[in-house]
Amino acid sequence: MVETQTALKKRMEVINLNFYYGSNNVLKHINMSVYDRKVTALIGPSGCGKTTLLRCFNRMHDLYPGNRYEGDILLDGKSIFDKDIDLIELRSRVGMVFQKPTPFPMSIFDNVAFGLRLKGVKGSKLKDRVEKALKDAALWDEVKDRLKDSAFSLSGGQQQRLCIARAIAVEPEVLLFDEPTSALDPISTAKIEELIVELKKNITIIIVTHNMQQAARISDYTAFMYLGELVEFGPTEKIFTKPEKKLTEDYITGRFG
Amino acid sequence: MKKTYRKFLNFFMLFLSSLMAFYGIFWLFWILGSLFINGIKYLKPELVYLDPTPPGVEGGGLRPAFVGHFIITSLATLIGIPAGIMAGIFFSEYGRNSTFFKVLRQITDIMVSTPSIIMGAVVYALLVKPIGHFNGLSGAVALALLMMPVIAVTTDEMLRLVPQQMREAAYALGAYKWQVIKDVVFRAAKVGILTGVLLGVARITGETAPLLFTALNNNSLNLDLMKPMASLTVTIFNYVMGPYDYWHKQAWASAFILTMGVLLLSVIAKTVLNGNILKPLSHIARSFTKKGKEVSNSW
Repeated sequence: MVETQTALKKRMEVINLNFYYGSNNVLKHINMSVYDRKVTALIGPSGCGKTTLLRCFNRMHDLYPGNRYEGDILLDGKSIFDKDIDLIELRSRVGMVFQKPTPFPMSIFDNVAFGLRLKGVKGSKLKDRVEKALKDAALWDEVKDRLKDSAFSLSGGQQQRLCIARAIAVEPEVLLFDEPTSALDPISTAKIEELIVELKKNITIIIVTHNMQQAARISDYTAFMYLGELVEFGPTEKIFTKPEKKLTEDYITGRFG
Repeated sequence: MKKTYRKFLNFFMLFLSSLMAFYGIFWLFWILGSLFINGIKYLKPELVYLDPTPPGVEGGGLRPAFVGHFIITSLATLIGIPAGIMAGIFFSEYGRNSTFFKVLRQITDIMVSTPSIIMGAVVYALLVKPIGHFNGLSGAVALALLMMPVIAVTTDEMLRLVPQQMREAAYALGAYKWQVIKDVVFRAAKVGILTGVLLGVARITGETAPLLFTALNNNSLNLDLMKPMASLTVTIFNYVMGPYDYWHKQAWASAFILTMGVLLLSVIAKTVLNGNILKPLSHIARSFTKKGKEVSNSW
């Protein structure tokens, strides 16, 4: 009962979104919902705009000139393009984990503490939150004796979990994953997938993935994109077993892509 | 047949590049070697703490030049490093998409190889003429202007090497631009930036021409920046050109000290920043404490 109730709650909503790089219309009339505490996967062939769409959710495109949004994205019913929206606050509510692990050139502890310090968390509270984040990211046992070591001393998979710990330390409502396992080996990938399923208890997750099995394994909803358009969006089970559109079926069954 | 040819080519190219390397190193070590031999031969402690004697009277030292050189280069470094690093940060982090700053960056590139005497002439017009006489401050400014482009260009290049994704990761955590630059980008590039700073310091430490137009020289100890100030390079230049044998000896010794100073500075800075000396030690220390822990745990 509770499950279905929370499933209906929309955390984010994309309304008729167009996105332009200069005069290049990269995303065309995207409409979709992101449900609270569910994993939403964005799949599609290379260049279909899934990463571009993902980067709209925390307005990462604003870092570069010449980009333009049309339409709207709502976070808890409020537009993220509103004039009074604070980008700093938006990005601490909508976190992001990147394709390649991006540890900062500092200690393991300082990496996780980075976002917390920006928010003014200090002293023993900071320590507690770092420990909690590392535990939630299933990394604590591996690093608890060497928190002062450089983050670069970790393996690739550990670095990626460190980045996840860093992102969840600031307790975001939504977490964006941009192909988080494409640079990792199968064992590290499995660990990250487990972690994502664990994290959705508290956080709404949107994940871009090239790997359809991965989307099928971990996501609750799937959006299939092609050439900048959203072809089909629905529960993962439905997309993968009885898709409505021929294009979706062709992609899922590996006829192109 | 083909295999032996390839092997020969490999050997030949290796030989050629080694030869060229030795050619370069040979001259360098020749210069350094003769500086070392002559420098040590004429090195005397009173060189540092005695004032010069009247021309032709043997003995004395170069205290004004040592003190003046230290003051002028320190002041130039104090002005040049922050300004150069800030300019580099601006080129890399703020001005990347602006045509105006791209042009400015090109000009900075050209300024790196400006003949230093021109910088001396510029400062002569800006600071010496209005003040009315040669002064130490204008010497420091001229040297600062010389080091700024060197530091700015290296800082810019080092910051550009920092992956864009690292910046994005910091932004994604809700950081302001200056926090991203200060806490992440700058930290990632600090070793490279230090190299630029060292290049800049090394460049100005050996400059003579801009000081001839600005700080000039002084035969007695002077701590007043508004008065002519002696420097080692100008003194060495004058003494080498001079007629007295003891002048030449003192010049050798000062050149030796100056070179060793720059060498020492770069070694210290690099070890401090890389932790090259301390890192292995701390690793060894930690491995001992870890072993101790494990033993106590197993008990």
